[in-house]
Amino acid sequence: MSLFALLVLPFIGSALTAFLSTRARTTLASIAGLVSAVAAVRLSSLFEQVREGGVLQETIPWIPSLGLNLTLRIDGFAWMFAVLVTVIGALVSLYARYYMSPEDPVARFYAYLLAFMGAMLGVVLAGNLVQLVVFWELTSLISFLLIGYWHHRADAQRGARMALIVTGTGGLGLLGAVIILGQIVGSYELDVVLTAGDRVRAHALYPWVLALFVLGAFTKSAQFPFHFWLPRAMAAPTPVSAYLHSATMVKAGVFLLGRLWPVLSGTELWFWLVGGAGMATLVLGAYIAMFQHDLKRVLAYSTISHLGLITLLFGLNSSLAAVAAVFHTMNHATFKASLFMAAGVVDHETGTRDIRRLSGLISFMPHTGVLALVASAAMAGVPLLNGFLSKEMFFAETVFLSAQPWVEVAVPLLATIAAIFAVVYSLRFSYQIFFGPASTDLPRKPEEAPRWMRIPIELLVLSCLIVGVAPAVSIGPSLAAAARPVVAGPLPKYSLAVWHGFNLPFVMSLVAISVGLVSFGWLRKQQERGRFADPPLIQRLNGRRLFESGLVGLTRLCRFALRWLGTERLQTQMFVAISVALALSLLASQDVPLAWGERERLPASPAFVILWVIGAICAVGAAVMAKFHRLVAITLMGGAGLVTCLTFAWLSAPDLALTQIVVEVVTTTLFLLGLRWLPMRVRDVTVRLTMRDYARRGRDLLLAVSAGGALAALSFALLTRPAPHSISPFFLRYALPDGGGTNVVNVMLVDFRAFDTLGEITVLGAVALTVYALLRRFRPSIESIDAPQQQSALPADVVTDLVKPRSSDDAARGYMMVPAVIAQILLPVAIVVAVHFFLRGHNEPGGGFVAGLIVAIALLLQYVVSGAQWVEGRTHLRPARWIAMGLLAGATTGLGAVAFGYPFLTTHTAQIPLPWVGEAHLPSATFFDLGVFAVVVGATLLILTALAHQSIRAHRRSSHNSVPPRPVERV
Amino acid sequence: MEAVLALVIGVLGAAGVWLLLRPRTFQVIMGLTLLSYAVNLFIFSMGSVFIAKPPIVKPGLTPDLEHYTDPVPQSLVLTAIVIGFATTALFLVVLLASRGLSGTDQVDGDTEEP
Repeated sequence: MSLFALLVLPFIGSALTAFLSTRARTTLASIAGLVSAVAAVRLSSLFEQVREGGVLQETIPWIPSLGLNLTLRIDGFAWMFAVLVTVIGALVSLYARYYMSPEDPVARFYAYLLAFMGAMLGVVLAGNLVQLVVFWELTSLISFLLIGYWHHRADAQRGARMALIVTGTGGLGLLGAVIILGQIVGSYELDVVLTAGDRVRAHALYPWVLALFVLGAFTKSAQFPFHFWLPRAMAAPTPVSAYLHSATMVKAGVFLLGRLWPVLSGTELWFWLVGGAGMATLVLGAYIAMFQHDLKRVLAYSTISHLGLITLLFGLNSSLAAVAAVFHTMNHATFKASLFMAAGVVDHETGTRDIRRLSGLISFMPHTGVLALVASAAMAGVPLLNGFLSKEMFFAETVFLSAQPWVEVAVPLLATIAAIFAVVYSLRFSYQIFFGPASTDLPRKPEEAPRWMRIPIELLVLSCLIVGVAPAVSIGPSLAAAARPVVAGPLPKYSLAVWHGFNLPFVMSLVAISVGLVSFGWLRKQQERGRFADPPLIQRLNGRRLFESGLVGLTRLCRFALRWLGTERLQTQMFVAISVALALSLLASQDVPLAWGERERLPASPAFVILWVIGAICAVGAAVMAKFHRLVAITLMGGAGLVTCLTFAWLSAPDLALTQIVVEVVTTTLFLLGLRWLPMRVRDVTVRLTMRDYARRGRDLLLAVSAGGALAALSFALLTRPAPHSISPFFLRYALPDGGGTNVVNVMLVDFRAFDTLGEITVLGAVALTVYALLRRFRPSIESIDAPQQQSALPADVVTDLVKPRSSDDAARGYMMVPAVIAQILLPVAIVVAVHFFLRGHNEPGGGFVAGLIVAIALLLQYVVSGAQWVEGRTHLRPARWIAMGLLAGATTGLGAVAFGYPFLTTHTAQIPLPWVGEAHLPSATFFDLGVFAVVVGATLLILTALAHQSIRAHRRSSHNSVPPRPVERV
Repeated sequence: MEAVLALVIGVLGAAGVWLLLRPRTFQVIMGLTLLSYAVNLFIFSMGSVFIAKPPIVKPGLTPDLEHYTDPVPQSLVLTAIVIGFATTALFLVVLLASRGLSGTDQVDGDTEEP
């Protein structure tokens, strides 16, 4: 199994569990457990390869030309983390099977858990820093989902949100650090970055890299002052806490410190920043942990404190300390996971996590009690357990630190004090709840946990013991393998033994344990008297409150900015947008001066000038008339459109001219249909325009004229400079030999750029369906519902030979008789014309777009002169099916090429001999063009008839007010 | 010829922008249509501008940009024209719906005169 498969496996498992029955706890747990176990076994088989500093690397090229690849890389350090992630993942899967209640949607839980495992493996196996950041953010996101698993609970919502905001912000910081780092080093590949330490540390931007980097690491690892999110995250189900907050999520920050230790450490700044934060977190976390009453919160603060310890060790700039940090990372993961699980058992069996209510549980749950006692002894640093060993190494490091004199004294002193606190909170977690008189008022009658729920705890505690008793044999090789890449050089000399003689570190341990025991007794008495319910002295130091007030401030700032800098008025927005565009284009002309070129010019013909004098009058007229004389405006705009169309024809673009003229017809019809639903506007002579109105209009006019002027200048510059050839010669050269058609524009549409055209007709179909859907719920305004003036002018009782279109469903019998007959005669002619344009499209101007629009116009003409009901009583047009068939034809033609082993939408031209006619030229692009044709017909008809139907519907609605309107469209 | 073309693109563009800045929905949709004429002509004129040299390959004439107009802007504009029709239709329906819901044809749906 490759590394890639190893990384993908949890995600596959996640997808699988997400689709299983939500209550199948055993199946789900088996899948999750199996996935983690397989990954763990595969990883352990890699040990020999990474043992002596070996590195395994796999690269999957993505965009090699940009250096973007998926690189997976595993060395001893990554290996150790990956093993922790998968092994503890397997144990948590088993544990959660019994912890989660049958009412919980367990499938979701396991799906998230496995996805988290995958994300975490992605972080530790990343061989590229950007890739690392991506997976890093993924862990933040999935942890949000896991913490908020019980999303109906307010505390879970708050906790999840806070964790996401804090770790997400840190993730952004990390991204910034990685980008700067990549710029300094010249590569994002981890292999390259790891060897560039000297260059990075000497660089002027090093402090920035470091600051942003620790922002990422500290938020993730809950280091002071970002520690406050971790206790809130305890709203998660306990298996989540056992997994995320012991071995994985919070360890990611520590992983990062270790990963880039060879690159970033070794400076004064690193010592103060990382070491300082670690020390503050170590002491503060342990101090607050002593005063917590919730079992999980004790563990949360203790985790913060232990993470502080590891951070401090990394911050000491000594390779021996780094080894100790790696060692403590492993130890902490084992005992803290088991403690979380034990806390979960207690919670599960008694119904409460309040230390003040729990007492004497050892008689109800002896097994769990013993396990919890051993694990908390490991946490306190009692000899013969793994926590003792790494703590001894830590003490030794603090003692042998060489720095300023006061630092040399303060660090060991503070370390001892923190160790005393650790003993106290460990005793509170274990002794206080398991010994003493049995509590009687528990919500549930406590009993021993199910056997299989205890197994994961037993395994973890057993490993604490084995490592504690025989460290050199059990953990020695793994530790050496894991620490070697961190120190990035020869491993320092260290000895993994239980007994190092009666030295200063051992004295510190002794002091910590004995003072801790005494303090615990004293604190317990005080707390029984009701004192110290909250941690004294640091009441004001509330990270959560700071966070929340920060958030409130930020929201207020945004609201303020929105009020002062934003607007809801579209006119203002439009004005600003156009002004900015104009300003930017003027700015760009600073770089590339706007100068005329020397391209050979075409002589202007008088006819062309006159044509555009008319065109410009039309355009300006439409702009002026659009307010009060809409019909005039539409007519004038049609004039401008026609002039545009003639220009296309004039300047050698016959296809454009054809398309423009048919679209012009359809657009004008569309506007005319829409006109009926707009309120009538007449110039109100009584309203006097104020100076402000004139000022606004003057301003808009100025902007419009400048935008137009800029556009004109730009066009002139482009028209006179030498034309860039770019890729155009290619199309000209290959249209006939490869595309099989002489009309290059059409060949481009149906062959070279057919994918683009396929996308375009899809958009067209989607727009048509959207228009139809929007109009189904259309509510015209009240004054437009009645028949318009012109139609209602005829009194109902008048005797006339005219048939009123509104009271008759057959307008064609009345005054529209003659035009209707002509229109009906025109229909077959139009279809013949369309077929002509369609068939010649590949070689002459024409094609599917034009042919489709011609057919659509011919059909619309029937609607116009004969009325919708008359047409629909006689035909079944079903435009939606035209769209569907068209898209199908386009896609099938494309896939046909794939079936023959060519790229999507490759054209093949067949020469088919036909009797009498001769050889017929039949490219497969014709079928594609047929699809275009069908979509254009369907979409145009659907849009325009849906709009036209509104008149009938509104008319019905006004005549039978009690009857709910029924859509009459047939699709 | 080039100067005329550049001027008319400017005039169409100016008329379009003026209408885009107006408060009535009908004016805005007219403005968009005028602006799309301007933009289509602009894109079209990016390539070579010739008279009577359509990009339809004739036998015996070397297929290069000396003898034919640039086909690339033409095919781009062709799709732009059709898509322009579709978006105009969509916008028209949206403005009708906004008119029906808010009772006014003001772009912000406000009844008061700005």
